Amino acid sequence: MTTTTPGPSALRGAVGTARTRIEGREKVTGAARYAGEIPFADLAHGWLVLSTVTRGRILDVETAPVLAMPGVLTVLHHGNAPRLKTDYVGMLGTPPDPTCAVFQNDRVPFAGWPVALVVAETPEEAREAAEALVVTYDSEPHDTALHPDHPGAYPAAGHMPAETEKGDLEAQLAASAFVVDAEYTTPEEQHSMMEPHAATARWEGGRLEVVDSNQGAGWVQGELATMFSLDASSVRVRSEHIGGGFGSKGLRAHQVSAVMAATALQRPVRVVLTRRQTFSLGGYRSPTTQRVRLGAAPDGRLLALEHRSLNQTSTVYEFVEPSAGVARVLYDADAHRTANHVVRLDVPSPTWMRAPGEAPGSFAIEAALDELAERGGIDPIELRLRNEPEVGPVSGLPFAGNNLAACFREGARRFGWADRDPRPGIRREGRWLLGTGTAAASFGAGAAPSTALVTAEADGSFTVRITAADIGTGARTALTLIAADALETAPEQVRVRIGDSDFGPAMIAGGSMGTRSWAWAVTAAAAELRERLAMTTSIPPEGITVRSDTTEALGALARKERHSFGAQFAEVAVDTATGEIRVRRMLGVFAAGRIVNPLTARNQLVGGMTWGISMALHEEAVRDRNTGGHYAPDLAGYHVATHADTPAIEVDWVDDHDPEDPVGIKGVGEIGIVGAAAAVANAVWHATGVRHRDLPIRPDRVLAATGPEPAGGAVDA
Amino acid sequence: MREFGYQRAHDINGAVSLLAADPDARYLGGGTNLVDLMKTGVERPALLVDVRELPLDRVEPTADGGLRIGATVTNSDLAVHPEVRRNYPALTQALLAGASGQLRNMATVGGNLLQRTRCGYFTDLSQPCNKRAPGTGCPAVTGEHHNHAVLGASDHCVAVHPSDMGVALTAFDAVVSYESAEGPGEVPLSDFYLPVGDTPHRETALPAGALITHVTLPAAPVAARSRYRKVRERASYAFAIGSVAAALTVEDGRVREARLALGAVASRPWRARAAEAVLVGAPADGATFAAAADAELAAARPLPHNGYKVTLMRNLVVSVLTELAGEDAR
Repeated sequence: MTTTTPGPSALRGAVGTARTRIEGREKVTGAARYAGEIPFADLAHGWLVLSTVTRGRILDVETAPVLAMPGVLTVLHHGNAPRLKTDYVGMLGTPPDPTCAVFQNDRVPFAGWPVALVVAETPEEAREAAEALVVTYDSEPHDTALHPDHPGAYPAAGHMPAETEKGDLEAQLAASAFVVDAEYTTPEEQHSMMEPHAATARWEGGRLEVVDSNQGAGWVQGELATMFSLDASSVRVRSEHIGGGFGSKGLRAHQVSAVMAATALQRPVRVVLTRRQTFSLGGYRSPTTQRVRLGAAPDGRLLALEHRSLNQTSTVYEFVEPSAGVARVLYDADAHRTANHVVRLDVPSPTWMRAPGEAPGSFAIEAALDELAERGGIDPIELRLRNEPEVGPVSGLPFAGNNLAACFREGARRFGWADRDPRPGIRREGRWLLGTGTAAASFGAGAAPSTALVTAEADGSFTVRITAADIGTGARTALTLIAADALETAPEQVRVRIGDSDFGPAMIAGGSMGTRSWAWAVTAAAAELRERLAMTTSIPPEGITVRSDTTEALGALARKERHSFGAQFAEVAVDTATGEIRVRRMLGVFAAGRIVNPLTARNQLVGGMTWGISMALHEEAVRDRNTGGHYAPDLAGYHVATHADTPAIEVDWVDDHDPEDPVGIKGVGEIGIVGAAAAVANAVWHATGVRHRDLPIRPDRVLAATGPEPAGGAVDA
Repeated sequence: MREFGYQRAHDINGAVSLLAADPDARYLGGGTNLVDLMKTGVERPALLVDVRELPLDRVEPTADGGLRIGATVTNSDLAVHPEVRRNYPALTQALLAGASGQLRNMATVGGNLLQRTRCGYFTDLSQPCNKRAPGTGCPAVTGEHHNHAVLGASDHCVAVHPSDMGVALTAFDAVVSYESAEGPGEVPLSDFYLPVGDTPHRETALPAGALITHVTLPAAPVAARSRYRKVRERASYAFAIGSVAAALTVEDGRVREARLALGAVASRPWRARAAEAVLVGAPADGATFAAAADAELAAARPLPHNGYKVTLMRNLVVSVLTELAGEDAR
């Protein structure tokens, strides 16, 4: 694999070389402390009580018997909780999810809604009391079933236009030599990060301090300050180590309820979510139903493309899973129509999760393209290359580099694609049918304004302070390499401190934008610091500190279509007698800008592709048809890929240098999942001849498609 | 805070008398299921009697050529025992198909047989469940039952028994020995689990407070050529959606002896005697294997969303028997 990537800083040495995580030893020895285990004197423990009805009204919270239980300090609920400010727009441009603004009224909009917090001296006492707390409800009929023709569906924008349209779709479909019209579904998926949400809140010297596990300490600080009507400078949020986030770790009920309790009791209060509670309180990826219509000329050129997606959201919060957005980047057509719709159901609020929009959207569009390739007798890679857009299909903006073709060429060579027989269902090895599949990937390469503090210390070392978050990605290490190069020093001379809102505003770890945004700010501060040092003869004991703010520089960036690209390849084995599917190998080749740390970048990309295997074959949160609540919401019931499901996954990248880009980093956090599930599903078709348009491709679905084996079986002894 | 007592038993009679004295006491083996159920509140024992130090940790040959397996032998140790590997390979395969390495290092033979269903309603205290709270109802029948029973269930409960090990033991006519306040006893594994009927909360034929001491496998030359195949929704660390333990002896192209048990289809490991009856004496070919599977599955009563299990089990039986017959022909 590639171990170095030439780029602007290649000559300086640190960026582009493989480095193990700076905090790796702390983590594997247990020395690294996570939010739920940092000791505090006089700590009290809160336990959330969640609704057992799916829709209705709280009639009564019988606090008296519980307050008499051993160790119980207080019970917070809508009858006694302070009123919060919720009519604001937060740092990421969205209002707060009312699920987080706990205990504000008696409405219950979904099963698992927070109705009370029991606080006690120990977690065991709090839990026992929470489970004993009697809450009575007036239950109402509920609707928790998403289906494609739900009458409540409406177009919704989220972070992009709800609908785009050009050309005459029906006319172009009619004029097409071959057409695909198919519906695809993806299920509810849960983040399932290893470390559940945990926060401790306390008042210290007139300031509210929250020790948390989140993807943006400054983000959570801003939300808490606004919600509790506090001056921003009087709230500090820290988040040193994070055991996974995947989009779930923003403002959640645990922080808000902990702050309420710490304020009421005037002592530190910790609230930790259980795994089960994360299913309704941590956000999730909405299920989607998608319809794709494609029409092509005899040479495979797309004449018509329509991608419509519907996702569910709660009745109290609108979240759009913008699955139709992928086609706005990857493919043009004479007639081009995309639409993201949502429907409000009596379900928990969904949120960002592992390439929101791109992950489910790429499954549908990339599976549909595979079907189109089959109809037209065109190689699936060739079909994609023939449809590479010259400018943004919807925006009309030029691309700041589009290296999709290079990814496919290198991937095809490495995977052995040229030798592939396109006919499905003809390769057998014992009880297994074998097949291969491919898919394209793209993900936006954005950046958001950030500030950084870089200090030249009197001893010759440097300290970087930035409100970045390392959610397990290796961000701390990447920023150390970037700072070292920018300061023209060795990484050992640089101390990077992150996860503290006192370091100033910065982008969150999200949208694959963290490293790009933070690196920009660190590089800018380092450059100015070097200028200052050049004019300085001695460094005072407190050091010399420079602060950067990239707001202006970002604003000056030319408007272009900025994306990472990738080509995904998968080989699968399918036993149609039992429905078992095993992924035998995967290859992903990506064009993802400058690779800062090949070791952790590869780790992220392999991780993303593993999410894709999980998405294709395993992950599915199940709702009871009658109650509308989750069935078996734990990691025994909710399956993610195990090591045994994860075969040899190879990752590489092609040179993707943009001389006009001041940072060059594009981010590799999410593109690994984009197209990965489609590549697996396309390989399943190639193995069996059956299209699976509903994820996950469970054994029962494989069996339903093939039926009982003929007597005598198709099994080779 | 939920408090409970803990006592380590040093001899079998002492353990049994502790249980006899306290109906809310439970034996603690590896704790891989009981402790989980205590955490979720499904089990609330007043006293845990730890039986791991009892002298029940040996696997010994019996006079007739079988094996006597102590109740506290861990799943890991049993799986790699040379005589198990040689004489009952399906048992080794079943054990290794279960749980994870860490869990198998803790889990015991007795505990494995007594583990509870993983039905999501059973483990969710906010839901009704006839097994956990008799008389409250079974939401699985009209709710989520993707991985529930197709054989031997009732309207009162459609949960499946989760054990892999038990499926192989059932195929090989294992006998469970126990000690109770009324003295020792034994019961064939095929009669160990009670029919579901309208009492799904009554799971085994063990007398109250009885302690499983041994599981005995009779000599079974047929078992030397045996196989366990487990189908699950990922490659590892998941409970079966269907499994088969099978043994086959073929002579002159005909089945001389056959053993077949099915897993994840019923409230207990399911001995497929109807299938065995079809197999014995018939040509060892695909048609026979399919007819055998069909004979057993004729009794299947799938629910609206688990009918795939009937197809799966038919295919799996045919596939495993075909593999075994192929081995035998070599």
